[in-house]
Amino acid sequence: MSTLAQKKGFGAVLWDYLTTVDHKKIAILYLIAGGFFFLLGGLEAMFIRIQLAVPNNDFVSAGLYNEILTMHGTTMIFLAAMPLIFAFMNAVMPLQIGARDVAFPFLNSLGFWLFFFGGVFLNLSWFLGGAPDAGWTSYASLSIASEGHGIDFYALGLQISGAGTLIGGINFLVTIINMRAPGMTYMRMPMFTWATFVTSALILFAFPALTVGLFLLIFDRMFGSNFFDPAMGGNTIIWEHFFWIFGHPEVYILVLPAFGIFSEIFAIFSRKRLFGYSSMVFATVLIGFLGFMVWAHHMFTTGMGPIANAIFAVATMAIAVPTGIKIFNWLFTMWGGSITFTTPMLWAIAFIPSFVAGGVTGVMLASAAQDYQYHDSYFVVAHFHYVIVGGVVFALFAGAHLYWPKMFGTMLNEFLGKITFVLFFIGFHLTFFIQHFLGLWGMPRRIFTYLPGQGFETSNMVSTVGAFFMAAAVIILLINIVITSVKNEKVGNDPWGDGRTLEWAIPSPPPFYNFKQLPLIRGLDAYWLEKMEGKKGMSPAEPLGDIHMPNNSFIPFVISFGLFVAAFGAMYRAEHSWGIPVLIVGMLITLGSMFVRSVKDDHGYHIHKEDLEDTNDKGVKA
Amino acid sequence: MANQQPNSGNPRVDIEYRRKKSAEEMRHQVITFALMIFLTIVAFVAAGYEGFSGWFIVPFILILALVQVIFQLYYFMHMSHKGHEAPSLFLYSGAFVGFITIIAFLTVIWW
Repeated sequence: MSTLAQKKGFGAVLWDYLTTVDHKKIAILYLIAGGFFFLLGGLEAMFIRIQLAVPNNDFVSAGLYNEILTMHGTTMIFLAAMPLIFAFMNAVMPLQIGARDVAFPFLNSLGFWLFFFGGVFLNLSWFLGGAPDAGWTSYASLSIASEGHGIDFYALGLQISGAGTLIGGINFLVTIINMRAPGMTYMRMPMFTWATFVTSALILFAFPALTVGLFLLIFDRMFGSNFFDPAMGGNTIIWEHFFWIFGHPEVYILVLPAFGIFSEIFAIFSRKRLFGYSSMVFATVLIGFLGFMVWAHHMFTTGMGPIANAIFAVATMAIAVPTGIKIFNWLFTMWGGSITFTTPMLWAIAFIPSFVAGGVTGVMLASAAQDYQYHDSYFVVAHFHYVIVGGVVFALFAGAHLYWPKMFGTMLNEFLGKITFVLFFIGFHLTFFIQHFLGLWGMPRRIFTYLPGQGFETSNMVSTVGAFFMAAAVIILLINIVITSVKNEKVGNDPWGDGRTLEWAIPSPPPFYNFKQLPLIRGLDAYWLEKMEGKKGMSPAEPLGDIHMPNNSFIPFVISFGLFVAAFGAMYRAEHSWGIPVLIVGMLITLGSMFVRSVKDDHGYHIHKEDLEDTNDKGVKA
Repeated sequence: MANQQPNSGNPRVDIEYRRKKSAEEMRHQVITFALMIFLTIVAFVAAGYEGFSGWFIVPFILILALVQVIFQLYYFMHMSHKGHEAPSLFLYSGAFVGFITIIAFLTVIWW
């Protein structure tokens, strides 16, 4: 054992993280990178609110405002929310199903580095002649006309990071299908694992549409094709369809894991089994299914005609049914439970009314005839911030507090956590509630300023004040993280005391092989079941034996770096002579490292039985 | 599993049963192969025959193609065997999503 756990210098730790294929370390990488991009997107949000605080403001120019607005949306969706969700999926899902790692550890690492380099590439646009400025949706009529390289950064950067997300999604699917511990049937899987499963399926089916759309955009902008140019026989609406065929499932990709995290929280802190587990599973799958039938409700005003509009309106409203099932199940889970108001639970309780408010405005927007009034107004801005912040960001904060001990072995300070919650909750509603009315009063979205005397002044100022509350909340969370890390008070297996699922049965943070012996699952909420029968831990499902582990690898980093280099070559191909060579060199790096990976035999290594027996915990534990 | 070779040392493996299964499997493959060749010939004949209009030939060949894909998946790629529930679920879901997309493009954009 002594060879496995030793103190390492900074360089060694850095190298360890650059090469790691361990799902728990990749989760931490996702958390750090996603957290960084979250701060970046938050900074952009603050600039937006400062610019709009007073009429006729010139804090930023119109062009720069478009870039900030575009990068706020793009960063928050692709580079903050998704990776942070992937962080929790990576950290928790394999533990919840009793697996020692994901199915393809190498691909897991590759997925992270692709996302990371794609995100860095996209953000380098700030320093290389201007960021993308056509909105996060990058509608083709705007993006084809956009000057400079902003949109090229968008298309290439998202293409690279999208490939990483797709790899991650497939990896999770295979893991959940193939690597569940003995006795872990589908209907005994924790709700967060179910959410991960459905989300990964959505990623598998939705991301190819984005990939195709982005390739068409890349070809239109960089290689002279005319898919989206009406003057040349193309059709600009095709981009919108491709984007939303991806984009609508994307919002469910974000919110389903959020539902999963909240389902865990409600059960843990109400000390009750999740109410209506099977209907929760059904609702999750149904939301995933319906998520593919509704994309055109983003395009009611493009002139699809009354029949198409009616079909998509009805399909959209149907989604309220499974979502309603979930809401009631959470309420019934709390009903009669022994509720403790911990920080995660506060977020979860605040999530219900906030998200329902966003859902109700969603049904309003789903009605095609009404949508003609709301379209492109601040009402829409208020709606999607209510569902994404009130749903996803609340879940990310809640999940960070809930799973922090499992990921790092220390508890975040509860008092500071509650202050974060109060400030953020107040700030969130202050910022976005008033925006419903701004929209109804006629303020269009995506404008960089407005004139005095239109009745928008007070409301915009209120909204900006709210944004500062949220910024303060995030700063307090960062302080909390620093304090907790410096104190470094380690906690045990089940720091919340009421853990129900498998991850709470093993140490925090878990050893790198997760489970010494795979646990035997005897029902839903497997660990709770054992605790209620007076047992300390899970019963093992196998005798103690050698554990096969994968070797670390630097190749995923190099593969991703090659694409990063190639993207620069592709972009500057037309105006610099070095473009083509750089493109070729980048592709050679990528393909060369893939070739090395293919021909080099890497069978991993074994942790021997004797090393596992060494540890001094008494009795047999899973 | 009938598609595995009976080479394990397990005395409980019923080699007779395996053999019977394999023979049955082989018969199915030969029949399917013959049918697929036949369907291909039918498709060529349909395309070559002057009397049919394009409105008949195109859907007809598409249907034949669909049947061939199903033969391919179920008899040659062993999707009819046990243990293929998850792959077939995802295959059908993917086909469904693709189908919805194409239908929407045909009816909403290009109509």
